[in-house]
Amino acid sequence: MLNILVTGVGGQGTVLFARLIGSAAISSGYAVKGTETIGMAQRGGSVVSHLRIGELINSPLIPLEKADLIIAFEPAEAVRSLPYLSKEGKLLTLDAPIQPVTASLTGKGYEAAEMLGFLKANVSNLSVLSSAELARGSGSAKVINVAMLGFVLAKGWLPFEEEALLAVLNERIPKRFLELNIKALNTGKEYAQWN
Amino acid sequence: MSKIQMLMGNEAIALGALRAGVQVVSGYPGTPSTEILESIAKQKTLGNYPNVYVEWSVNEKSAMEVAAGAAFAGARVLVTMKQVGLNVASDPLMSLNYTGIKGGMVIAVADDPGPISSQTEQDTRRFGEFAKLMVFDPSSPEEAYTMIADAFEYSEAYGRPVILRPTTRVCHGYASVELLPDLPPREIEGFTKDGGKWVIFPRLSYNNHIIIERDLKELEHRLSSYSANSLTGSGKKGIACGGVSYAYVKEALEGVNEEYKLLKVGTVPFPADLGLEFLKGLDELIVFEELDPVIEKALIHLCGVHNLNVKIKGKLSLDTPNAGENTVSEILRRIAGFLDVAFQTSRDNALPPLPVRPPVLCAGCPHRASFFAVKEAAKGLKTVFCGDIGCYTLGNALPLEMTDTCLCMGAGLTVAQGITRAEPSRTAFAFIGDSTFFHTGLAGVVNAVYNQAEIIICILDNSTTAMTGNQPHPGLGRKVTGEPAPRLSIYDIVKAMGVSELTRVNAFDLEAGKSAVKQMLAKTGVRVILFEGLCIAVDKKGTPYSVEDETCKACSICVKKLGCPAISFKEDGKAVISPHLCTGCGVCSGVCPFNAIKEGQLNA
Repeated sequence: MLNILVTGVGGQGTVLFARLIGSAAISSGYAVKGTETIGMAQRGGSVVSHLRIGELINSPLIPLEKADLIIAFEPAEAVRSLPYLSKEGKLLTLDAPIQPVTASLTGKGYEAAEMLGFLKANVSNLSVLSSAELARGSGSAKVINVAMLGFVLAKGWLPFEEEALLAVLNERIPKRFLELNIKALNTGKEYAQWN
Repeated sequence: MSKIQMLMGNEAIALGALRAGVQVVSGYPGTPSTEILESIAKQKTLGNYPNVYVEWSVNEKSAMEVAAGAAFAGARVLVTMKQVGLNVASDPLMSLNYTGIKGGMVIAVADDPGPISSQTEQDTRRFGEFAKLMVFDPSSPEEAYTMIADAFEYSEAYGRPVILRPTTRVCHGYASVELLPDLPPREIEGFTKDGGKWVIFPRLSYNNHIIIERDLKELEHRLSSYSANSLTGSGKKGIACGGVSYAYVKEALEGVNEEYKLLKVGTVPFPADLGLEFLKGLDELIVFEELDPVIEKALIHLCGVHNLNVKIKGKLSLDTPNAGENTVSEILRRIAGFLDVAFQTSRDNALPPLPVRPPVLCAGCPHRASFFAVKEAAKGLKTVFCGDIGCYTLGNALPLEMTDTCLCMGAGLTVAQGITRAEPSRTAFAFIGDSTFFHTGLAGVVNAVYNQAEIIICILDNSTTAMTGNQPHPGLGRKVTGEPAPRLSIYDIVKAMGVSELTRVNAFDLEAGKSAVKQMLAKTGVRVILFEGLCIAVDKKGTPYSVEDETCKACSICVKKLGCPAISFKEDGKAVISPHLCTGCGVCSGVCPFNAIKEGQLNA
């Protein structure tokens, strides 16, 4: 069984990200289970999707220390999810911090460098991606999630071929945004070559 | 449509109901139940099930009664709501079991352990016991998909409504679900005037009460062989569970070689025969369920009736948590302790301080402007701000702090009236949203007018039901299926209820808002201000604003007064507006004392 935890801040596209992987896994013959954060917590809060791919899966939630792969869209959320990472697990995170919306008011912001430093000290299998570079290569910050998808796909961390994912993108993404999403996917794939 | 699909639990329930031939569906939005009805509407608009009737009703009581009427006429009906919605619908429900129904009636009520997005941690299985109804408790999306067809069968077999009670992790969990062929369609028989069968009278209630109790007793036996209830294993230790906790328990038991018996319970009434078989030969057992100890109490009861000496561990014995949701890791730990097997934990997870991310009103939310206008105009007065259920509950947070009370749907209007009855010197404001106004706000206004309350009612009309994901309501002129509908005017309704001091303002116009509040403060009696401004999810307005760097004096007033998430500080203390978040509402430009915030990108 492959346990993937996807985490970020409400509005970053983590829910769609997890669903694209899940759908592609199903069309490739796997069983899938998982959960999403929906409701009040979506308004700028931490969001987590659990995704489990395999044959016989019982729980929709990944137990602590059982995630094979954590994909974080935000460095502080990557740190928050760390208790889920297995010993040999891989952690992939974007580098750009999203300050809590209350940070300006309370002065309780945080430094991305501190979070990334903590990750480097504690995760042996860490990849940090530049949000700015992915956005530039993709042509829009709105499709960074699909660029991330291209990255993990090219790394061979997902149990299916690109064709399965392309079929799902074709089915789920509105036609007028398809080209932008394919470009983002390819940007992520290229990025995986030299990172 | 491929046969195996990745479905959210709520989609699975919807598709399961459509497969079972549901004909009339009603409900009121509420997390985590909302997507059930939305998925049915989606299937209808896609043309897959053109004959199903589906509506968002104005509240859960109306939804329950619409569904009841359709079931009286012989249709298969589904009514959906969240757990606190069932409180609103409890009046028709309690009586409905006594009259009974003709077409199968499933009441899907989503519980929310945690609670994650709710006021209470109430357990609808208990409500089922109270109302003397069957409850089906799915443990996964795929089980829910087929269970709802069984629920319709049982409902029709006994002529009573039944409850389907998923919890958040089933509703918002997803799974690969194998879609099955539709069941044979049923004709709607039509309403028959069955000699008073549909008229609740004391005599009818007494007679039917006898039948209901007999049926519930029969179900304790019959449900012992129902597939959602199961017993496996052997030994002197037992584990009992229900709902999503079953999935966690199964996960925890992977690779465990010790002997144990495992009882899964998916129904109320409790399957007594199966439970007895489980208890026989046990020394001790542990129960995992969320919310109330329903399974635990049923097992204790059985032990008492049959004189069995089994140690029962659960919520009542304080061996498992009696509040909040269960997690697979917690259950892993407790099962390891119970079965005396090794529990591995390796990592020392001391994390650095992490940012707290409380939910806040969105950038460009009209409610922020409305609250701010009231706050400014009422400065210095002894006030109370009674809030209500919706996005505007978030007006409680800093820096607005404009929600002093919040109880349940529609309560702000009436709680405010009560506060000034006890303390007439306090000025009471009540805030209510548009969907909540239609839901349970009308009676509160009438009560205020009739009893001549001293109150200023602020109706925050953002033209949507925002918190649950932008569902339509009677004030919008369209239905859940997108078809046009008559548009009810909140202004005209309030006027017709006898409120003479009534005004409407553009929520984004701070000066107009403040002046409206001041004018109303100078008057007495029931006063209503209708703040109108579209939710950003409905209308993403126009050009983002920006801060003129040389004019900004780094005074931080914009942030401290409004708390808009689009505004933050640069290192020099000057304000900066995120062009990605800003919707161009312009409210901050009216707050800046130096006129440094302007429309468009000034520093580009």
